[in-house]
Amino acid sequence: MHIIESGNVAAAIGVKLSRTQVIAAYPITPQTPLTEKLSEFVELGELDAQYIPVESEHSALAVCIAASSTGARAFTGTSANGLLYMSEQIHWAAGARLPIVMCVVNRGIGAPWTVWNDHQDSISQRDNGWIQIYANDHQQIIDSVIKAFFLAEKVSIPVMVCYDGYILSHTYMPFEIPDQSKVDEFLPKFSPNYALHPDEPANLNSVTFPDVRNDIRGNLAPGYMEIRHMLHRDMREAIGEIDEIDKRYLKIFGRGGTPFVEGYKNEDAAFIAVCLGSLSYRLRDVVDTLRQEGINVGVVSIHVYRPFPEKEVVCAFKKAKKVIVFEKALSYGNEGALYADIKSALYSCEERPLVQNYILGIGGREIKTDDLYNTLKDSCTIHKSSICQPKWIGLKM
Amino acid sequence: MKRRITSHGEPGPGDAGKTGSWRVLRPIIDYNKCAPAKKNKKLCFLCWLYCPDGVITKTIEPAIDYEYCKGCGICAEECPSKAIEMIEESVFFNKEK
Amino acid sequence: MRKDIIEIRWHGRGGQGAVTAAKIVANAAFNVGYRGVLMMPTFGTERRGAPVVTFLKLSKEKIYDISPIEKPDMVVVLDHLIIEEVSIIDDIKPGGFLIVNTPKPVEAYKYNGLKVAVADVTKIACEAGLQNGIVNSGIIGAFAKASGLVDIEALVEAIKYEFKERKPIENALAASLTYDKTVIGDK
Repeated sequence: MHIIESGNVAAAIGVKLSRTQVIAAYPITPQTPLTEKLSEFVELGELDAQYIPVESEHSALAVCIAASSTGARAFTGTSANGLLYMSEQIHWAAGARLPIVMCVVNRGIGAPWTVWNDHQDSISQRDNGWIQIYANDHQQIIDSVIKAFFLAEKVSIPVMVCYDGYILSHTYMPFEIPDQSKVDEFLPKFSPNYALHPDEPANLNSVTFPDVRNDIRGNLAPGYMEIRHMLHRDMREAIGEIDEIDKRYLKIFGRGGTPFVEGYKNEDAAFIAVCLGSLSYRLRDVVDTLRQEGINVGVVSIHVYRPFPEKEVVCAFKKAKKVIVFEKALSYGNEGALYADIKSALYSCEERPLVQNYILGIGGREIKTDDLYNTLKDSCTIHKSSICQPKWIGLKM
Repeated sequence: MKRRITSHGEPGPGDAGKTGSWRVLRPIIDYNKCAPAKKNKKLCFLCWLYCPDGVITKTIEPAIDYEYCKGCGICAEECPSKAIEMIEESVFFNKEK
Repeated sequence: MRKDIIEIRWHGRGGQGAVTAAKIVANAAFNVGYRGVLMMPTFGTERRGAPVVTFLKLSKEKIYDISPIEKPDMVVVLDHLIIEEVSIIDDIKPGGFLIVNTPKPVEAYKYNGLKVAVADVTKIACEAGLQNGIVNSGIIGAFAKASGLVDIEALVEAIKYEFKERKPIENALAASLTYDKTVIGDK
């Protein structure tokens, strides 16, 4: 069944269809309608879950960590400063290998205070051991949430599903709601390796020594470094799982086929624009216009940002002479984080394309179609000297 | 044995070895003052409740497992009857030798 | 960029229901075969009574461009006083449509190269049995008559569905009465 609703509602329905058992969240713009919808589902009895109101984002994730430790399927969502407020628990959830799913409704970070969209919030949390998925539209939001639970539980790593604040969260568009019976077929009940229970007590993630040691049974217990290595190893292995999960989802629901990167007219393109999130869809129209003018250009969006699928990313740039990275975030004092990752992925290629970086839409600055058109058109030339520090689009100073 | 990918400690004696050797002060219970021992009834047991290492039994005449007791002194602090005294380990060292 | 997308900008006041009106049109449009339907309220901090804007884009094909409308094909105004309060006429495409809820006659609105449609939705809605000031269902009738994009029958169905717990019959009547009473001016 298709409905026309907002991105936040798409996410909420995905959480409901996934039969989430515990939800703890603190409202923050632009995530608020997501938590409101979820509490409504619980209140109406449409979702058999514990909705736990909390006094902060830190507590929201702490509740999810506790719930997930007991084997419950747990969900939270936040934005911007809320995400940063839970940052300490974000690292904890990953280190504790708890398959929590969180929607990050992307918003700029204060100071100065802003409620509008950019990607600085989730990008600033890229190194904390969570899988990061970026959705381009509402269909991808709802599908990504459902897939995220399966993925998280399969690899015991928490997953962030990121989508643009306001641009997706508050915009209405049609999307298909998957059948509950099919979701049940796709996503079985969560059955963790270990769930905290009075009959089987355990001390979880207490002080772990630098070196390995024997546990009370005389077995070698991993030290801190081994545990962190396993997180990294399993994150890399998750790339294979993401591929498998996408194939299975495609078979059941008929949607998918581009788990890591989604390209548009990129196969033969000499110039390729790259970005995260809904901007990539917007760039499709610009690409079409430029193609009509005879410019060989395409666009690629990155769905999975962590683990970074460098093989698939490089593959999407097969014929590219130049890759143009549009970003709504940056690593201050250096360059866009995605730009750095893409350059790094391309380093091992024999014939490396040039890579250029643009920063735009920071704190919700309107991205003018004309600006996108002119910037992309200007970028579709090969001038080595033009590649340097990122350029800002739409800056008025 | 399940594959562990996190820090996961199971309850049991001696996760850090026999920690009794860490002790500087040894708690000694005076059963003439200790409430359950004196009244021969199941009551109080605050020492059992508060012991962070779980080395005190919940029995009439509570008993301390000195193989693992680190001598922290919380039991002596909490005992409402002042029945537990912390005594220099060296006293016993000389005696036991 | 894409020629097949019809861009409609809705102007109302916070609390007046412009978003709901655009959402109803979006649903009806989807039901009659528009695959590309996009409705975006303005982003930020809306307050009751302050002028607010909602964007609606319609196309037979999926719409990828989620961005504010820069040059609307149509502008729908739920309160005629907004026209004097904020600049909303200047960026309408040449040959575009201005649809206004106003007690004034259509002759009162003369803009070069623009088509104008008017209806006194506030009055008609009261006649339909709605509380004074409820105009977001009625204005849809004016939109249907002026634009011809979506059949009034489909819109009335969508209105009944949206207002199923809040006077569905009266809201539907407000739209169909307004449809009949909408006056379209000569260019």
